[in-house]
Amino acid sequence: MTTNPTVQLQRAGARTLARLLLKTGVLFLILNLLFAWSNPLPALGRISAYNNLLPGRTRLPYGENPARAYNLSLYSLPAMLASHELAAAPVPVSASEFRVVVIGDSSVWGYLLPSADTLTAQLNRSNTTMPDGRLLRAYNLGYPVMSLTKDLLLLDMARSFTPDLVVWCVTLESFPTDKQLFPPLLQNNPDAVRALAARYALRTAVDDARFVQRDFLARTLLGQRRNLADLLRLQLYAPLWAATAIDQEIPETYVRRMEDLPADLTFAGFTPGTLTQQDLAFDVLAAGIEAARPAELLLVNEPMFVSAGANSNLRYNFFYPRWAYDQYRSWLADAARENNWRYVDWWDAVAAAEFTDSAVHMSPAGTGQLANKLAAALVTAAASPH
Amino acid sequence: MTLVQVAALAALAAAARFSGSLERPAVRTWILCLSSALVLFLLQPVTGVRQLDYWLPLGTLLMCGAVWAITRPAAQGLAREDTVTATAVAALCVAVSLTRYLAPELRFSTGRAPPSEIVALVLAIFAGLMALTLRHKGRDLGSLPAVLAVLALFILLKTDALATLASSAVRGLTGQDTTLASSSDLRWLGFSYIAFRLLHALFEFRNGKMPALTLREFLAWVIFFPALVAGPIDRAARFSQDLRAPLAPADTDLRAGIGRIASGLAKKFVVADSLALFCLNEMNAAQVNSTVWLWILLYAYALRLYLDFSGYTDLAIGIGNLFGVRLPENFNAPYLKPNLTQFWNSWHMSLAQWFRAHFFNPATRALRASPRNLPPALIILITQLATMLLIGAWHGLSAGFLIWGFWHGAGLFVHNRWAEWMRPRMAALAPTPRTAHVLQVAGAVLTLHYVALGWVWFAIASPQLSWSVMLRLWALA
Repeated sequence: MTTNPTVQLQRAGARTLARLLLKTGVLFLILNLLFAWSNPLPALGRISAYNNLLPGRTRLPYGENPARAYNLSLYSLPAMLASHELAAAPVPVSASEFRVVVIGDSSVWGYLLPSADTLTAQLNRSNTTMPDGRLLRAYNLGYPVMSLTKDLLLLDMARSFTPDLVVWCVTLESFPTDKQLFPPLLQNNPDAVRALAARYALRTAVDDARFVQRDFLARTLLGQRRNLADLLRLQLYAPLWAATAIDQEIPETYVRRMEDLPADLTFAGFTPGTLTQQDLAFDVLAAGIEAARPAELLLVNEPMFVSAGANSNLRYNFFYPRWAYDQYRSWLADAARENNWRYVDWWDAVAAAEFTDSAVHMSPAGTGQLANKLAAALVTAAASPH
Repeated sequence: MTLVQVAALAALAAAARFSGSLERPAVRTWILCLSSALVLFLLQPVTGVRQLDYWLPLGTLLMCGAVWAITRPAAQGLAREDTVTATAVAALCVAVSLTRYLAPELRFSTGRAPPSEIVALVLAIFAGLMALTLRHKGRDLGSLPAVLAVLALFILLKTDALATLASSAVRGLTGQDTTLASSSDLRWLGFSYIAFRLLHALFEFRNGKMPALTLREFLAWVIFFPALVAGPIDRAARFSQDLRAPLAPADTDLRAGIGRIASGLAKKFVVADSLALFCLNEMNAAQVNSTVWLWILLYAYALRLYLDFSGYTDLAIGIGNLFGVRLPENFNAPYLKPNLTQFWNSWHMSLAQWFRAHFFNPATRALRASPRNLPPALIILITQLATMLLIGAWHGLSAGFLIWGFWHGAGLFVHNRWAEWMRPRMAALAPTPRTAHVLQVAGAVLTLHYVALGWVWFAIASPQLSWSVMLRLWALA
């Protein structure tokens, strides 16, 4: 054994470091095991500064450039809902409120629209009084991806807030069966999607390869660090949402929707005569109407841009060849009639000039036109329940 | 620095410490010198100009070599160990450039280094020039031109228009599109701190106070890697004492070092980076819709700035501890100080001390000795304003930083006059401890808000927008 004091001190330091590393390692391991075992992410997602310390968001979190949008896309459904103003809405609904939840794609969410100009914001601004004297209060549960299954998932979440009426804005792009699980939001919530598929006997493949299946390591603290960071970042953007009411980066200029169209007759890989009703997710649509009960559901074939440019005799717009869209409208109208669904077909209700960067995104004025029609339809629906 | 980089550097320091290799001062200096030179290349940000991310760190090393040659004691000949150090550092530079032939993830420079033969040629030319300088070492011919050269380079890099012009010229030399020239092309790792250490060496040399350092010690001091990114700016004499002294017990350094590193990680990567998501900045300043929120964002900015900067300082001090180097403190609870003078004695202390030693004190002495018999108050006004304007300019030669400097210079002068006026009155009042405490707290609150308002000029580049924010903070717009 050495008696050299320098060596002894050296060894003492090494022992201290070794003890420290060992303790840190063991603590880290225990935390990871506990995390993987208890899966606390959903519970953590429900803890929110929104609606408690700061105002809730008027639309679901979605952001491609968080630093400029003060918003971000994440996969935690509990966190998304907890940040929404709907999470603070009283249940049961107060006697003076006629609660409407609007679901749909980016046109409902309000892509390129400030939060004050979305469809639901303009509906609320209309101060519409329903026939029974209640004031219309609309909540925006749109989300900027096109899939009826995604809409159904959000509708299913909205049920606990007991809406009086659900508005479901749809368009053909959300219907193709093989596109249903395309949104990452669905792929990252396989259990919720499978539960829906089982409850409503959907044709959705419950063993779809796109579902994200987390092994044990991916469920640990280390494996979930990105999702955990997203939860934290969503909270950290709450002050800027409260301070600015900004939840989307809206560029001053953008590429306008295509006026001159390609001479292409295909839609989602289908050529004229090959598309069948089975290729569209009418089962999901029926499930949504079932899921909304006891609330009524107003199905809206949402407005779209109708081009007058080159090849507009073949296509309505970049999304749709005329043959596919006409067929879809016909099938949708038939299904609504056969099933006694409350349905309005407003495909051409908004002027072409009011569409911005895509066939379904509208300007504030275009959204206002839709809001006026919708408010009137809601009054009618409330006056004559099915 | 990223979290991974900090972890890697801390691990390097701990491994060096516990391998026992730091016990001998000579070996310790070797390790610090060569590892810091390597880190210069590794941490240099990628720039838009081809190969500049290699030439900038190399430029740092060449500048260090030149200033060392200029500031060596006249009588001291070129020692063998200096030649060995120069050869080793040159070999390291060539070795880094040789990694250009490896896959990008294996390279030691962030971009693709220039061909090694060009690097070798540049190093040979530099060595020749140094040999000439050292041959005429009898007289001080180089320190003043060196001061001017470092200052000129500093001004060039800190002035947006000049840096863009320089970037355009460099892009022209490399055959790149000059219309894409930007001041960000010349992001030079740690230059602000390195330049001020070099200026310190030159000033100390001119004052006859520069200690005799070997090239290895000089390099280890100037480019000491934990203090590259955010200081502190250590003095040569103090740093070299640490290098030459026996190491403290590893246990002591370990406790101190790991504690500071943990504190730095928490401050910088947990709290400051979180605050950064919603603190005041150029973009949200124009978007905030209420005065209350504007204040909240400003407080968040003030806190974030402190935690970010002091977090980096903790990391530097902590990693320094593992190497047995005790870097000076840079912060001492600045937001709790009862007046602006004490704030500047506890905020970025090493920079403030640098300016005090090399500008404020000499300028004050010169003005006092002036035959014009300037009144003391005027001398204080001139020196404090000038010092703070220079500190503002150190951050960047832009209107925002200069106004921030003026804001603090004016504040320091007002506090100085107020303290002078109050001194006899306070003595007459003889306040009770309770009253003194209340005054202390009131002073701290006032100082914190004066400093926080000053950050508006610092955070926002556009003075027009800063002024608008100032008005909105007081609900005047």
